[in-house]
Amino acid sequence: MRRVVITGQGTINALGKDVKSTLGAMSNGACGIDTLEFANVDRLNVSIGGQIKDYRAEDHFSRQEIGLYDPFTQFALIAAKEAIAQSGLEFPEELATHTGVILGTAGGGLTTQDENYRSVYEDGKNRVHPFVVPRLMNNAAASHISMIYGLNGPSFTVASACASSNHAMGQAYHMIRSGMSEVMITGGSESMLCFGGIKAWEGLRVMSKDGCRPFCATRNGMVQGEGAAVFVFEDYEHAKARGADILAELIGFAMTSDASDIVMPSQKGAASAIRRALRDANVSPEDVGYINAHGTATAANDRTECAAIREALGAAADTVMVSSTKAMHGHLIGGTGGVELLATIAAVKDGMIAPTINHSIADPECNLDVVPNTARQQKINVAITNAFAFGGLNAVLALRKV
Amino acid sequence: MSVEDKIIAIVAEQAFLEPSDVSPSSTLEELGVDSMALVECIFSIEEEFDIQVPFNANDPKASSFDISSIKSIVTAVEDLIAAQKA
Repeated sequence: MRRVVITGQGTINALGKDVKSTLGAMSNGACGIDTLEFANVDRLNVSIGGQIKDYRAEDHFSRQEIGLYDPFTQFALIAAKEAIAQSGLEFPEELATHTGVILGTAGGGLTTQDENYRSVYEDGKNRVHPFVVPRLMNNAAASHISMIYGLNGPSFTVASACASSNHAMGQAYHMIRSGMSEVMITGGSESMLCFGGIKAWEGLRVMSKDGCRPFCATRNGMVQGEGAAVFVFEDYEHAKARGADILAELIGFAMTSDASDIVMPSQKGAASAIRRALRDANVSPEDVGYINAHGTATAANDRTECAAIREALGAAADTVMVSSTKAMHGHLIGGTGGVELLATIAAVKDGMIAPTINHSIADPECNLDVVPNTARQQKINVAITNAFAFGGLNAVLALRKV
Repeated sequence: MSVEDKIIAIVAEQAFLEPSDVSPSSTLEELGVDSMALVECIFSIEEEFDIQVPFNANDPKASSFDISSIKSIVTAVEDLIAAQKA
C-alpha cells in the first residue's frame, strides 16, 4: 500500500477566510459564534451560529458564476483554491487523469432550495431561475472544482450527515493508498445557515440558544456553523519527487455503523471506530497525543464520546489531549470534519493544540483532558479526528507528523 | 375536551396506548415515552394549544416545564396558556 500525505489546505469559516487566520483564531481561543443575520431570522428561537461575517460573493466570483454557485459551492471553491495554490500542483493531462474530487456535504444547496421554495410557495411565483437544479445538487461543489482545475479522475460527493467530510476524506485516502489515484482534492462544505436550515434543527430541540460549550457541565446543545475546508491528498512518492512541502501524513482510517438509533449515539460504535483507526494506522493508544473530538456539546454526544475514548484507549485516555473546536467555529454538519482536520494537522505539524473554549465547570462524565479554554504548545506525533453522525455512522482519521 | 383530556390523548398516541390507559398520575417513563417520543409530544402540545414550550432535549429536567407526570404537564401547559394568551 502507498503512503498518503497532505500537501495543501484551504478554508473559509466563521473563524477566518483562510487557513492562517483560522489557525490564528484557534490558537487564541477565539469564538466565531455570534448573532445570525439572514431573512426571517426573527422567526427563529435559535438566533446564534458560526456565520461567515462580511462575506461578499462578488469579491470572489463573477455575476455569471454566482448565478451557478450556491454558497456551499462558493465556500468549497474558495477553500480549494487556497489548498491547490499551497500544494503548488498543476494538472497536466497525465496527472489530471489520476486526480479526482471527493467532498462531503449534508445539505448541499440548501440555501438555494430555501430561497426558491419561499419564492414559489410564499410569494406565489410560478417560475424559478433555470439553474436551481445545478445549484442545489449535492455534487455541485465537487463538480465545479473538477471543471475549474480540469480533473478527470473519480469525483463524487458523500452524504453521511455530520460525518460527511470524514467519510469523503477517507475515500480519497483509500483511493491514493490503493493506487487508484495520484492526487485527490477532498474535504467538505456546508451552508445550512438559512431560515429553513435552522428551523428544521430547532424542531429536534437539541440546539443551544446561548453558546456551544463542549464537555462543560453547563452545556445545553449544539450551535451550527458554515463554511468549507478542502485539502490536497497526494501519494507520498509523488510529493517527495517534486519536493512538495508535506503538512502531515495520513496513516489510518476506519468507519463503523452503530446499527442502533437514528439520533442517539452509541459508545460501542464510536469506540470501535477509534480502535479500528488505530489498528489501521498500526499505532497503539499510547502513541496518540491529541484527539479532535466530535464534541457537539449535546448532553448525549459528549458523555458518550468521552466513554468511547476511554473504552478505546484504556489507560492512555488519562493523558491524551482531547478538544472540540466546535465551540469556536460551530458545527458545520457535513463540512465539520474538514475544518476539524485543520486543527488536527496543526497539532501534529506545529504542536498547536487547539482548545475547547467556553469551558467553565468540569463534567464528571467528561473527565478527560479537554484542553479547556487555552491552546497549548506541545509536540506530538500522532493525532486522530472523530466524526459521529446522526444515523450512527462513525468515521475516524489518523494523522502522523512527517 | 379539557386540557387534561387533550394532553392524555397526545401522550397516549405517542405511547401507542389507549387514552383510558393513561391517568393523571402516570409518568412518561411508566408509559414508555422515550426521548424521541417526548420531543414529539412537546411538538404536538405546542401545535394543539398554540403555545411555545420551553424545552431542551439536552436537559429535559432543567426547564421550568415540569414533565414528571401527566398532572404536572397539564399544570405547566395551563400556566403557559394563561401566560402566553394573556
